[in-house]
Amino acid sequence: MKTNALHMVGAINEALRQEMTKDERVVVYGEDVGVDGGVFRVTDGLHAEFGDQRCFDSPLAESGIVGTAIGLAINGMRPVVEIQFSGFLFEAFAQIMCHAVRVRNRSRGRFTCPMVIRTPYSGGIKALEHHIESEEAYLAHLAGLKVVIPSTPFDAKGLLLAAIRDPDPVVFFEPKRLYRSFKQEVPEQDYIIPIGKAALVREGTDLTLIAYGAMVRECHEAAAQAEKEGISCQIIDVRTISPIDRETIIAAVQSTGRAIIVQEAPRSFSVASEIMSFLYENLFQSLKAPIARVTGFDIVNPMARGEDLYLPNQNRVFQEIKKVMG
Amino acid sequence: MGIIDKFDPLKEQMVQILDQDGNHKEDMLPAEMTDEVVKEMYEKIWYVRLCNDRAFKMQRSGRLGTFASVKGHEACQLAVNLALKETDWVVPYFREQAIMWDHGVPMENIYLYWKGNEWGSHIPEGVKCLPPSVPVGSQMLHAVGISWAAKMRGEDEITATFFGDGATSEGDFHEAMNFAGVFKTGTIFICQNNQYAISVRRNVQTAAKTIAQKAIAYGMPGVLVDGNDPFAMYAVTKEAAERARKGEGPTLIEAYLYRFDDHTTSDDASKYRDESEVENWKPRDAVIRMQKYLAKKGLWSEKYQEELIESLKPKVEEMVKKIDEHPDPTVDDIFGYTFAELSPEMERQKEYLKKSLGQ
Repeated sequence: MKTNALHMVGAINEALRQEMTKDERVVVYGEDVGVDGGVFRVTDGLHAEFGDQRCFDSPLAESGIVGTAIGLAINGMRPVVEIQFSGFLFEAFAQIMCHAVRVRNRSRGRFTCPMVIRTPYSGGIKALEHHIESEEAYLAHLAGLKVVIPSTPFDAKGLLLAAIRDPDPVVFFEPKRLYRSFKQEVPEQDYIIPIGKAALVREGTDLTLIAYGAMVRECHEAAAQAEKEGISCQIIDVRTISPIDRETIIAAVQSTGRAIIVQEAPRSFSVASEIMSFLYENLFQSLKAPIARVTGFDIVNPMARGEDLYLPNQNRVFQEIKKVMG
Repeated sequence: MGIIDKFDPLKEQMVQILDQDGNHKEDMLPAEMTDEVVKEMYEKIWYVRLCNDRAFKMQRSGRLGTFASVKGHEACQLAVNLALKETDWVVPYFREQAIMWDHGVPMENIYLYWKGNEWGSHIPEGVKCLPPSVPVGSQMLHAVGISWAAKMRGEDEITATFFGDGATSEGDFHEAMNFAGVFKTGTIFICQNNQYAISVRRNVQTAAKTIAQKAIAYGMPGVLVDGNDPFAMYAVTKEAAERARKGEGPTLIEAYLYRFDDHTTSDDASKYRDESEVENWKPRDAVIRMQKYLAKKGLWSEKYQEELIESLKPKVEEMVKKIDEHPDPTVDDIFGYTFAELSPEMERQKEYLKKSLGQ
């Protein structure tokens, strides 16, 4: 099997290119995604290769981008639109909440809305205000929407291909600090990583770390540090926020009896809150320690100079591991 | 030069072919508007209106939920549909009983939705009409996307979308018009300016003299039309449809008309408008001017009217029966269409609900 060493940016680009080649219903548009290839160069070269009928710039209007994509999807296309930064997703939130997620149910299956909204999200690159936040919980709360967050180039390609082929709308959050942070061998061939499936990405027996997006790497580093002290950490990469893979996460925590959930988003009413809830609902009596969370705080996301104070990191995860292990 | 170019929205010039006395401008009368067609449309208006009145009674007796009356908008909608093909799309807001039905959605479906049953919006296969859209103004973007998809695929389909005067204040109106203009989509934007957004008057929505003139800013033609004049509505829509089919892009039509009833069955318009205003508008109703037009041609009489109403009554009752008899949604219905495939957790929730209901 031929593989190439790709950053996440390259892996997403390859997924788009391959699916556009394979399925002429796929159109890619958004702000600056055409000639410029996107502000992060995710769509680089697609306009040149496929022309301005398949990959093109749109007016600067998020609700317009998503709203027209809903119409395209209803009428047989497979739009993959980009919201330049997830902080601007809210301009389109009404279209997502009131329409994209309801088309199938509203029409009792007569119409459907197979579309993907790709958007760079979360912090860690010292970006501007509204360019650093983690919005997954808002989206995960919507019935009828799938929410996916990859943590590696390999996963990004397989999950994006699955998202484009999914019969229902998907929001695909791309952790921007992982765009070019590391390369991974990514198969050239077509492959799918199923939506709705979490992955066990590190074996361990004492404690389960549950994370997604950029926080998976922090967990790997903290787990390596813990190993030196004789603590064996298992890591689950959630990958799909909604519908979340309860089965895999519950089974993992059952095997260790301890769990820490790590996320960048604010702590309260969050994905970590939901994971904690279903773990307690299912495993209360078999837990060896209270479930812990390492999260962002219930404050407005600090800008670049204060960002490091906010973001969970290896150190905070490691401290929590020590605490949970007692 | 077509009609659309001849009427300047900035000068508040309104297209009118049939006036309120039933007189028409012979030179502008569309050839397709034969006596037979006019009569058929007249009869359709009455069917739609009788269904609307019957639904109102059902609502008052608790057999139907809140709904928006279509009275005063029927001729405008039926004239638009006459200019569309079966393969074209209709994207309504929530006051489009006439065009939805005429485009192929059974009337019982339309009111079943207003009874609170999603099965009403299970539009029959092959009928290209979206279900009602409740968030004001949001549906125009879908119409743009639908017509854009048709353009991308090289299909001979255009889209007519409806909205009210209030919707033109929404951001999505601007974004939809803007996208349609930039990408030259085959979209016909039909603003049914019925003078009110619930209680708020048209002059509070915009300082522009006409809504039609807003088209200019988006690089498309806009035209003000007497919305109670089906001849004018048909002639203008036909021209807009030809433009759209030829790839010349979108058109904004402002159909100037009046909401004769309350906003919805939950509203009481007497709180914010005088009965004298309603009375003033009544002679302009399309039904009255079409009746006068037909009478002049010897095609209308009181006997014909009585027979028409009598012949429609059983059809209306048939609709009522179908609505009354339609079963309420089941647990499988309410869970079954969130995704193509339910997640394990959704399956568990569904089973829990069934069990709690003893099913």
